[in-house]
Amino acid sequence: MDFSLNNPWLFVIVAVIVLAVLGQSVFFLVRALKRAKELGIANSTIKKTVSSSAIFTIAPAIAIVVGVIVLAPKLGVALPWLRLSVIGSLSYETIAAENTLEALGGISQVTNATEYVTIAWVMTLGILIGLILVPILAKPIQKGMVSIGKKDKRWSEIFSDAMFMGMISAFVGYVFCDVTHLFMSEEAFGKVAAKFAEKNGGAILTRTASLIPVCVMAVSAVIMAIIGLLSKKTKARWLADYALPISLIIGMASAIPFTIWLG
Amino acid sequence: MTNENKTFEMKELKPTSTYMDNVHKWGRIWGVIMLVLILAYPILSCLIFGVLPDWNALLKGLLATLPMYWAVGLIEIFTYVPMLGVGGSYLSFVTGNISNLKLPCALDAMERAGYKASSEEGEVISTISIAVSSIVTTAIILIGVILLIPFREELPKILNNEIIAPAFDQILPALFGALGVVFISKAPKLAIVPVSLMLILFIAIPALNQSTVGIMVPVGVVVSILTAFIMYKKKWIK
Repeated sequence: MDFSLNNPWLFVIVAVIVLAVLGQSVFFLVRALKRAKELGIANSTIKKTVSSSAIFTIAPAIAIVVGVIVLAPKLGVALPWLRLSVIGSLSYETIAAENTLEALGGISQVTNATEYVTIAWVMTLGILIGLILVPILAKPIQKGMVSIGKKDKRWSEIFSDAMFMGMISAFVGYVFCDVTHLFMSEEAFGKVAAKFAEKNGGAILTRTASLIPVCVMAVSAVIMAIIGLLSKKTKARWLADYALPISLIIGMASAIPFTIWLG
Repeated sequence: MTNENKTFEMKELKPTSTYMDNVHKWGRIWGVIMLVLILAYPILSCLIFGVLPDWNALLKGLLATLPMYWAVGLIEIFTYVPMLGVGGSYLSFVTGNISNLKLPCALDAMERAGYKASSEEGEVISTISIAVSSIVTTAIILIGVILLIPFREELPKILNNEIIAPAFDQILPALFGALGVVFISKAPKLAIVPVSLMLILFIAIPALNQSTVGIMVPVGVVVSILTAFIMYKKKWIK
């Protein structure tokens, strides 16, 4: 068959895989809902979990659509659609695609079937590890967690709080990763800016751009705190239920003026 | 322990183990199905176009990609499975986008419902939240792809223009600012060491950035658990 990045059969295959993903999610959802009832979790709690998880997901999911759009000119729509619906994340998939484009002789976009299937193989094999190992490792890991809980219930609660804190601390650190740009010598910053321009098609990097994520984080943190206090004062529970999506969206929106101002 | 307590506990334990065993069983079955389906894409693309990959480029591409991905992937399993819970893990490791979507979603759901990740209620809430999030994500991507066909020119202009793009670039700071407030204010003592350490590391080491933050998550987790353990043993936290 003649090569086309948007061959209809490619879409058919992806549609089948995406349906299977939906099937798996629905399957686990139904079972968990049933179990939640057996455990006596209040109906209102379950409903709120469903609705606020759905609303929270919208903005990050649109960001994933943007990822598909970014990759589409190079790889067509089908492959990025698959890779970002199943396991992938934009940063991983971009790196895997670029590594292979590089290995194919530094081409900038896929032009024939051989190049296409080569990239599809690298992107697929690159992300398989979780799919192979989670079914093998999840049970022993869970058993380990249970045995910690049996020995000392309080410690197991602190243990999970500490895990979350560890993850959050890494991302808080990441938000500040470029603030050193503010204090670099002209020469050192020039090098960083040149590298940035090379990677981003000649875009200009300013020193203050490093403060954009910091400001966005501050805005979303403040909004979250305000909503927390408000919902306590006014006893408006619904406000607390949507605190995360509200803070997320206001934080993201604040990136627009901050980028105009600092970028 | 009184007799009454004993019977209560036995009642609790039995269904717990069956539910969990079932989750493992079905998680594994679905895992195998998804593995086959995902491998089917490159295999079928080869058949559709009647070509084989460029072996040389394939090898080079894999060598540049696999070692890092597989190492990070392995660490991610040990880091994220205990946080996501079992059902949540089987789903998240298929649908991806864990740190920027599934885990924050599950964390927020458990926090609001008032259940600990270590309890079965926490496990169930986490699974519900991740399943809903996966369904919504898949649906939104599907809508995006369908819109992309007639609006190939327009959609990129709307979602990926110079003005709006920064909002999508800043999802992680916006997400972790909000989550950070909740978790740090809840357990400020647990936060001091890992947050300070990560700030110092990320500011001092230029190689640490968005593409390497995934490697620093397990480092943060280990440091955080160790300091929590010391504080717990010294009775600084109760």
